[in-house]
Amino acid sequence: MISQSLMDLWYGFGVAFQWHNLMWSFFGVLVGNLIGVLPGMGALSAISILLPLTYVMQPVPAILMLAGIFYGSQYGGAIGAILLNLPSHPPHAVTCLDGYPLTKQGKGGTALGITMICSFFAASVGIIVMIFASPLLVEVAFKFGPTEIFSIMLLGLLAGATMSRGSPLKGVAMTLFGLMCGVVGTDVNTGTIRFSFGLLDLSDGLELVAISMGLFGVADFLMSVNRMTIIGSGAKLRLRDMRPSKQELKTAFWPMVRGTAVGTLFGAMPGTGPTITTFVAYALERKISKTPEKFGTGMIAGVASPEASSHSKTQVDFIPTMSLGIPGDAVMALILGALLIQGIQPGPQLITEHPDIFWGLIASFWVGNVLLMVLNVPLIGVWVKLLQVPYRYLFPSALFFIAVGVFSTQNSLFQIWEVLAFGVIGAILMTLEFSVAPILLGFVLGPMVEENFRRALLLSRGDLAVFVQRPISAWFIGASALLIGLQVWAFLRRGKGKGKNKPEVPQTV
Amino acid sequence: MEVQKNINRKDYYGGALMVLIGLGAIYGGTDYHIGSLSHMGPGFFPAALGGLLALTGVLIAISARSGDSTPPAPGDGHAHGLPDFRGSACILLGTLAFLLLGHYGGLLPATFAIVFISALGDRKNTIKQALLLSIGMSAIAVIVFWWALQLQLPLFRWG
Repeated sequence: MISQSLMDLWYGFGVAFQWHNLMWSFFGVLVGNLIGVLPGMGALSAISILLPLTYVMQPVPAILMLAGIFYGSQYGGAIGAILLNLPSHPPHAVTCLDGYPLTKQGKGGTALGITMICSFFAASVGIIVMIFASPLLVEVAFKFGPTEIFSIMLLGLLAGATMSRGSPLKGVAMTLFGLMCGVVGTDVNTGTIRFSFGLLDLSDGLELVAISMGLFGVADFLMSVNRMTIIGSGAKLRLRDMRPSKQELKTAFWPMVRGTAVGTLFGAMPGTGPTITTFVAYALERKISKTPEKFGTGMIAGVASPEASSHSKTQVDFIPTMSLGIPGDAVMALILGALLIQGIQPGPQLITEHPDIFWGLIASFWVGNVLLMVLNVPLIGVWVKLLQVPYRYLFPSALFFIAVGVFSTQNSLFQIWEVLAFGVIGAILMTLEFSVAPILLGFVLGPMVEENFRRALLLSRGDLAVFVQRPISAWFIGASALLIGLQVWAFLRRGKGKGKNKPEVPQTV
Repeated sequence: MEVQKNINRKDYYGGALMVLIGLGAIYGGTDYHIGSLSHMGPGFFPAALGGLLALTGVLIAISARSGDSTPPAPGDGHAHGLPDFRGSACILLGTLAFLLLGHYGGLLPATFAIVFISALGDRKNTIKQALLLSIGMSAIAVIVFWWALQLQLPLFRWG
């Protein structure tokens, strides 16, 4: 079995090294890296904006590019966090705590060097886990019928809703809202057109690209316009500044390993966001440390561990997405959506039916991570300069790219109305302190959840007990119940005023 | 306590909004055919979701009262206050202008309008800067999207 995996991996490298695949992978990491550095633009907006491009591409390069954007933007985020104290995406907020003090001490280059080494190590471990865990998971997944699929999706949705940041109830509400957005359009079973409000353009349902661009592009601009204040730092970097000393490498080693372990663990649990992962990794490191009071003043461990955790999580996240078709978070939901648009159904069959995609993707992770290591060294200077481009020029241009990108998906202006609508909805929800990412999760899974729910109950003649009578399904339902129970318990405990169930992280951002 | 009240008011509004959307979905669902558990009609799933959402909305509002005020997670990228009026208005107007001009005027005027109008939303942009930026983006629109990618939107069209 292991030798089979290695053979497949070898084949994957063959796919990843085909020149056009390599080119798109390179393009993806480059763009991702760039966008990751820019404040206010995360992997979500980057992938949303480039998603229309994949419509005209072959599936393999399309997926390699999107994946490249994803992990490229993570490297980019670390740059902004360490050099400018600017967490352009939430997971890097923790990196700021010790990364920026290091920059102030003139050790920003070292911190970046350590980050890169940790990221590469963590990603590699994540990839290896993926290689060996996915085929095992697939074997189980082949035993799944509609009942099991519904139950595991329920678990995935609940986990995605409750475990990310913010209030769990609000997360659940957003997931439900997303599921509802998935209902719009023609009902597959009866052909009835639902919730189209008389608009013919809505009979095919809402457009994934339009929703994500509205929620993560336009809504974001609406919230941050005239609010973004970016103070450039005069950080100058030379190549040799980035090479950490032996002592520093030794200090970073165990935090890196522990961070990787945390990330791998959290990656295997669908729905745990990257933010909570990095926070836990940081909290753990501080708890273990002999000098916890020094955290926040420029500890190398405080950079190594969270960065390692977010990178291993990123890789492991692909396991449930590719092998079960259950995306762990909003970015994975988008990648899943991109696969669906290409006519590829992620799930247990994916590995056998599209080995070029699965193994090519895994191999390209390594290729992409090496590319990033090589790229980062000369490019960091360029990115730092680019950060001087003010937000006030950035967002109008991005708005134009969004409009044109959405138009090109269907050559119709109608989708732009959807973008606008979801921009406004997103802004309203953000003002009310809802986090909008679960909407995407619900939207992508919605049609599958409904279909499997209906099919399962059709087969059981309407008997709801079927979900707990079949053993695998019962297990997932049990886990879902446990999840809800834990949340209720945490809520009741907090109500008593003893609320201390969250890792303490000093709030400096 | 006063501070907490401020935070929690948003949960009342948020909860109420969810209840409203949920009831709307139930209403819409009953308009289609609901059916039974063994033979679900097209209205069943939306109505069920609506019910759950309304319930969640109620729970959100209740938990707001019991003093559950989780501070916004650190590193949460968004500001949670009301959006800036001028900025938002310009972004929305700019996008609407793109829609309108894309339909009646073509790619070039639409591009110019969306960039120019939305750029004016930022208080630090001068008219000259907005003008330069929109001219630059128009050039990109022509070269990249119209010429190189052959976007299916004519540069100009009348009416």
